[in-house]
Amino acid sequence: MTRTFFALLSRDAHVARRNFVPLLLQTLLQPMLLVFVFGRILTTSGYMPVEYKSLLLPGIIALAMMLAGIQAVAMPVISEFQFTREIEDRLLAPIEIEWVAVEKIFAGMIQALVAGLVVLPAAWFTMGRGVALAFPHPIYFGVLCLAVALLSSSIGLTLGCSVGQTQIGLMFSLVLAPMIFFGCTYYPWSALEKFPILQKAVLVNPMVYSSEGLRSALVPQFPHLPLAAVAGGLIFFNALFVSLGIRQFRRKAVL
Amino acid sequence: MALTIRTESLRKVYTSAPPSASAGRGIAGAPFAWRGASAGRQRIDVVALDDLTLEVAAGEIFGLLGPNGAGKSTTVGILTTRVRPTAGRAWIGDEEVWKRRVSVKRRIGVVPQRPNLDFALTAREILLFHGAYFGIAPGERQSRARTLLERFQLTDRADQLVVGFSGGMMQRLSIARAMMHEPEVLFLDEPSSGLDPQTRLLLWEIVREYGARGRTIVLTTHNMEEADDLCGRVAIVDHGRVIALGSPEALKATVPGGHLIRLQISPRSPELLDSLSRAVGVTQVRPVGASGADVYADRGGPLVPDLLNRVLAAGAVVSDVHISEPSLENLFLHHTGRSLRD
Repeated sequence: MTRTFFALLSRDAHVARRNFVPLLLQTLLQPMLLVFVFGRILTTSGYMPVEYKSLLLPGIIALAMMLAGIQAVAMPVISEFQFTREIEDRLLAPIEIEWVAVEKIFAGMIQALVAGLVVLPAAWFTMGRGVALAFPHPIYFGVLCLAVALLSSSIGLTLGCSVGQTQIGLMFSLVLAPMIFFGCTYYPWSALEKFPILQKAVLVNPMVYSSEGLRSALVPQFPHLPLAAVAGGLIFFNALFVSLGIRQFRRKAVL
Repeated sequence: MALTIRTESLRKVYTSAPPSASAGRGIAGAPFAWRGASAGRQRIDVVALDDLTLEVAAGEIFGLLGPNGAGKSTTVGILTTRVRPTAGRAWIGDEEVWKRRVSVKRRIGVVPQRPNLDFALTAREILLFHGAYFGIAPGERQSRARTLLERFQLTDRADQLVVGFSGGMMQRLSIARAMMHEPEVLFLDEPSSGLDPQTRLLLWEIVREYGARGRTIVLTTHNMEEADDLCGRVAIVDHGRVIALGSPEALKATVPGGHLIRLQISPRSPELLDSLSRAVGVTQVRPVGASGADVYADRGGPLVPDLLNRVLAAGAVVSDVHISEPSLENLFLHHTGRSLRD
């Protein structure tokens, strides 16, 4: 079983390596443009205080990881389950099909982590001087990154197994856009105090716990959700989307 | 080692789109249709299999013959773990398919009706990764892939992505892939549909060879010639049931008379049909449609003058005569009243 699992993983790694440059552009261009506009232009021109750079950076990392993980799993899953059912060869591999789903999640996690690793220094560099990052608890930061990566790829699996090819555009505008804009990526959760209803409502958005969590790990000097809330949110949404994703995958795979 | 295949009262009812459309599921319906929600709206019960019981002997080349929608692909789907039976059980060797999916998957190779190749990979990579899924050692993988690419005449395109392959090439590669891990049981779902005659002959030769190595092979087809040529035994399936089973020769022998002469007569009277059935060599006469008559007989052409004379004597006119030799097609027609191509 382990052999089959790693063979499936190496197939995904092989395909990802082959598409490395387009994949990198697809997932990183948008966060890097945001970094440049908000973190460089607006701060250098004085429309935003310099401190905003540090506040923004964890949100951007969360965003990059989330986009990378979701796209890395959802897009191939959607196309592989279409007319051609390309995935069937892997469904017929001698392994429980739930493990094929787990492998998809695992492959997405790796891509999300790579995206985070690339964006962190790139964004830091792009923003120029004035970024005050700290890594007071590297293990906490590492665990958080793993949790965000798992969340992104399990959301990707859930979406990928629930959305048809013709609905990819809708998926971006109806699910991903609100998730990003109400995900506390560009502002801390406490900034919503003046919008009490919205502040409560965004708590159903898993993105909130990702950006607030990374904020608590990288820039603890800014307001952020308490650790218990971050941990609770990430555990809850990871459990939800991993089980939902695997369930949806099974439903798609077995007729 | 060859394995037997058994099914016992298999039944499959699809509550959403049936399998032929399965690949396209998710196109229609609401955006983000969780199946629970959409199934309620578009619930359609399609009975694909209705009490299908079969036994395929070890080392046999077995054909499932029937028109589109007869339940052939669903039967193969259940036997290959991809379709969950609504009721009934199936075994590959001693393993019950639905309960022991992983060990069953290890023993089977599947050639799907439509090529489902991994479009992100080259032809060679498809074979190599397939081998890797089955735990074949790297060196062995390489040499098997090379042999199969050669055998299926794909060597010169081996290192190209399969996206640009023709239908026939994809089909060949699908079969090569299914043989990559040398399964004890090989399922081919309409393997020769879309193949040119030359490639079809190559395929048949390869299938026969594989069978000669003592493997069990199940193929579905609606091509009479294919079943006749390849299969030791054939089950004729219609509406999810086996309606006839046996060797092609034995099955053909069960058609009364063997030969079928289809006549179009006007006007057609019961007296005329009676007169036709008294001609020497005729075993049965059946009215078909408004003006047709199916005459089953032990000979074909030589009987026509006598039949025509009888029609003329009754004051009627024959507008069409069609003679078919003993064939599975006639057998199917005999059992269902429909042509296989309907």
